[in-house]
This record gives sequence, C-alpha cells and structure tokens, in this order.
Amino acid sequence: MKLSNEKILSMYENMLKIRKFEERAMILFSEGQIPGFVHLYIGEEAVATGACANLNEDDFITSTHRGHGHIVSKGGDLNLMMAELFGKETGYCKGKGGSMHIADATKGILGANGIVGAGHNIAAGAGLSAKYRGTEQVCVCFFGDASTNQSTFHESMNLSSIWKLPVVYVCENNGYGISMSQERQMAVKNISDRATAYNIPGVTVDGNDVFAVYEAVEEAVKRARKQQGPTLVECKTYRHRGHFEGDPTIYRAASELQEWLEKDPVKRMESFLVENKVATLEEIEALINKIETEVSNAVKFAQDSPYPAVEQAVQDIFSDIVEEVKIR
Amino acid sequence: MRTLTYAEGIREGMRIKMLEDPNVLIFGEDVGQFGGCFGVTAGMVDEFTDKRVIDTPISEGVIIGAAVGAAAAGLKPIAELMFVDFLTVGMDQLVNQAAKMRYMFGGKVSMPMVVRLPSGGGVRAAAQHSQSLEGWLTHVPGLKVIYPSNAADAAGMMLTAIEDDNPVMYLENKSMYAMKGEVPDTIVPIPLGKAAVKREGSQVTVITYGKQVYDALSAAETLSKDGVDVEVIDLRSLYPLDKETIKASVEKTGKVVLVSEEVKRGGFIGEIAAVISEEFFFSLDAPILRVGALNTPIPFSPGLEDYVLPDQLDIVHAIKKIV
Repeated sequence: MKLSNEKILSMYENMLKIRKFEERAMILFSEGQIPGFVHLYIGEEAVATGACANLNEDDFITSTHRGHGHIVSKGGDLNLMMAELFGKETGYCKGKGGSMHIADATKGILGANGIVGAGHNIAAGAGLSAKYRGTEQVCVCFFGDASTNQSTFHESMNLSSIWKLPVVYVCENNGYGISMSQERQMAVKNISDRATAYNIPGVTVDGNDVFAVYEAVEEAVKRARKQQGPTLVECKTYRHRGHFEGDPTIYRAASELQEWLEKDPVKRMESFLVENKVATLEEIEALINKIETEVSNAVKFAQDSPYPAVEQAVQDIFSDIVEEVKIR
Repeated sequence: MRTLTYAEGIREGMRIKMLEDPNVLIFGEDVGQFGGCFGVTAGMVDEFTDKRVIDTPISEGVIIGAAVGAAAAGLKPIAELMFVDFLTVGMDQLVNQAAKMRYMFGGKVSMPMVVRLPSGGGVRAAAQHSQSLEGWLTHVPGLKVIYPSNAADAAGMMLTAIEDDNPVMYLENKSMYAMKGEVPDTIVPIPLGKAAVKREGSQVTVITYGKQVYDALSAAETLSKDGVDVEVIDLRSLYPLDKETIKASVEKTGKVVLVSEEVKRGGFIGEIAAVISEEFFFSLDAPILRVGALNTPIPFSPGLEDYVLPDQLDIVHAIKKIV
C-alpha cells in the first residue's frame, strides 16, 4: 500500500469531520437542541474512514444506529445531516428519520438503521443487484460486534458466500453490545473467526489504525469487484462515549476508557502526519479550523431551517398515495 | 379468451413482466428446477435461466431482506415465501425495513418489490402452514396488500404489482392454485384499489376476497332460491381499499356481511366494519356482521379444520340474520 499524501490528508480530513460533527452533536443534544437520542461515533472514526476510502460514489453502504461516521465517509452532506438531527424540513429525510435513519440513495447510502443486524440482509440485496446488473459495484456492510449474534448475520453471510456477492462485511467491534461486553455475549475472541463457517476470508485488524482498515478493506473490495465473493473484516475499536448520549457507562472501568483514549485514532493520525512530514502542526491546525467552520455552518443551517409542516406526516409513505387525514 | 389455472395466471403475470423488463427477477425457496412448492414458478428457470429465477437457502429473513436491498439498489425483485406463515421469520425485514424505508428516508428511496405469500387453509396443513395473516400486513403503513381471487385478476394484478414502486404483498390462496378461469388473450394491468362486483344484488352486500368470493357466490345462489337478493364484492385489494365501491353498495342495500378466512378476532374485516360504521353508518339498517374462522390455531384433522374455517353455510346463516 502506497498512499499519496493527498489521499492521506483526505482521510485525515474525513476523520476530523466525523469527530467535530459528533462533538457538536453531543453538545447540541445535551442542550436539548437535538430531540430523541444520538449514538456517537467518537473513537471509531478510523473504521468508516479507512473502509470508505476504497469506495466509489456508486458503491453502496449499509449502516447502523451509530451511523453518522459512515454517512460522512460516504460523502454525506453535513448541512443535511445536521438538519435531520434537528428534525428539520431541510434534513436528509425531511425530518422524518432523525439520527438513526439518514440515507442518501444518490451516494449509495442505503440508510442508517435502528434495528441491530438489519443491514446485513439489505447489503446482500444490494450486492445481488450489483452482481445481477453486471456492474463492478460493491456494498460495504457496517455493523457492530453484537449484531453478529442476530440471525441476519448468518443468513446474509451464507447467502453472500454461496452466491459470491460483492459484499464487504466490516464489523466495528467496540467491545460492547450496549452494556454487555464481548466475552459475555459470544464465545469467540475474534469475530473474524466466524468467517470460517461461510468459507470466506476473515481478518481482524486494529480498528483505530486507519491504514490497517484501509488495507484490509482494499483487499476485500478487490476480491468483491472480481466476483470472488465476500470478506469479513473485523476492526477492533472502542466508543469513547456511551451506547447513547446519557448512558452512564457503569458497565466499564474508567481505566479501560483511559487505555483507549491513548489509542485515539484521530490523535494517532495527527502524530503520523507530523512524523512523516505529510503535514505540519500549523497545517493541521488550519484544517481543524476549516472543519469546525463547516460544522458550525451546518449547525446554523439546521437552526435556521423550518420544521416540517404537519401535512408532511402523511406523505412519502408510498410513491403514489397520500394517507387521508380523518377526524380522530 | 383462454383458460388458465390460478397458478398459471400468477405465473403468466410474472412472465410478461420478466420478458418486458430485465430488472425483474424471482427468488425464493425451491423456485427454480423444483418449480416452487406449489408449482407456481414451474418451467420459469428454463425460460429465464437461473440468473433470474434463483433458489435461495431456507432463510426467509434474507429472502425478504435481500429483496429490500435489491429494490433499493435498482432491481424489481419478486420474493416468494413458501407459506405466509413463514413471514414471521422475516418480519423485521418486512415491517421495519421494506415498509419504513421510503418514509424514514424522506421519500427518497424506492421500494419496488413484490412478496408472494401463499395463504389460507383447507389443505390439511395444520397450524403452521394454513394461516391467513393479511390483517397483520394491512396494519402496517407502507405495505400494499392485494389478494386476487381468480386467474385473470392474478395475472393483471401481478403486472401492476411488479410495476408498483412500493412493497406489494401479493397474497394467494393455496387451495385455489388448480382452479381454472378465463383469462384475456392480452393481459392488461389491473389497478390496485379497485374492487370487483361479482354479483349484483339489492338486499344485502357481502364484502370479501380470495377464496371466500366463491363461498359468498354459492351462498348468494342458495339464498336466491328463497328470494334473497345478494350483492357480492370481491375487494381484490385490501390496501389501498376501494371505499367508493363499498359505499355505493352499502347505500343500495343497507346491510353488510363481511367474510374472511382470518381468525375473526383482530382480522382485516374488522377494519372494514369500522370504516363502514364511521363513514357510512346512516346508510345502514342492520348491524354489520363478520364471518371468519374461529379464534383458534388451524387444526390438522379434516373434520376439525372444516369446523374452524368459515364456509358458505356460515355466510348463509349470517345473511339470514339480517334480511
């Protein structure tokens, strides 16, 4: 793997974009500006970044409830994302989806998803479509460690394997299914071991090392584009925040978080940039300022946008039927 | 006109669209060489190859889920479940994904998929292979639910269902597969949401769909000998629902019997009763009656199953109560 400085910097910029977007979402949520709940991607930025850096605009991804990082990495628009988090009419989903349901079909983003494990089967369908139409498109299926205990994981991996579908399964193993640690919820240490059951390659990489993720997914994408079938890439990582904002995280030790903070993928990337003279500290500072401005603009866009009119509630259920409103 | 069985009508609808549009494909359990559990896809793999008529593992979750993903990514899949009862295994993919995606994503994702769902009892298949679950489906915003009762409707409605940009649940009554019917030489799409008046009458309206259309027609015939004039409406489409046809008939007869093979409690016909009572109450001059299956699982032993399922005598008795 030999990446150009330009590519490395674009990957860093993407990681920053996720981090800054999430940090702002965290504050806005605590201030009550964002309704509902949010699941933040802070700490896992290297996974989505490294994986999506291998993709073209017409490739597909499926995402999860912790989806902001995936959406950003596949080219999602920060303004439309932030407006959606606010529930505004200008948001990606006109305010009907919120944090957990952002999609952008024009960029192959088949949706963040509130049901753990639902993306597995949808990804198989997208892979089927790519293969059936004879394109070189691939689908990257992002999912968490705990979703590999759902039946959908088995069904999808089996189908993709026997049909040699161009799906790359990227597991973000952050060590917890909500409060339940990995060793309490499964008997394997490495989720990549589960690939054996489907006779497909399974690899485990350091999910906080964006280059390791990039390289493993690069190989998997190549295989997929050559119709050689799916690969399971397990990325070991950690979420710095709780499962959702407001989670007191009583199930994990402070020392454990501390250990992972020292392996922060964004800081690690910054050290790499400086040590390898890809960027100076000043250039990094300038990039951080640029991204912070972008995020601030997105927040302003969201704040200034109107909420959807109530008439919107009965639209978009079908392509051709607007549900009638009756006296209740 | 030509004569086709109900199964052939379904197949003919799929064939026409597959010849027309390369993005239409079929997948499900044993739909290829085996021809589907009820032979509906027989011969299709020879005509369209195993690239377009694809056997899947026994994995209902991924059959529906892959249809969702394929539809979102540019294809028009027809997913076949062997029995509607197996829908439970893929229910998340249908209810939380297929039905919700367009809405959740602000109308920006299309979901042109058809799920074929062999339904109903009468074939001695017991409690896990005989259910009528349309009420579960009509309850979910985002799904269209149709139930053709004859070969011509099966073919014409299949054309519309495949062309529809939304998930269409295509229910088939498995006791009807061998039933023959007249089908036009040129099959044209039948719009969803249009009921068919199968028999005109002036004294009481029977609203039904699927196999019970025939039971209702037999009941009407029986009662005509006693001078009772019964109108029979075949809904064909449960959602969207043709309220205009219901309204016109209720205004004419003032009496309604609803018939379905579902267990009576919580079934879709309860919804129709509520709609009539809310919107057309002042046209009524008798209580709305429902005829459905008993509120039991479907038993195996023939005598028990026949006792549990509604038949034409039950319809006759219901009509007699209000005329």
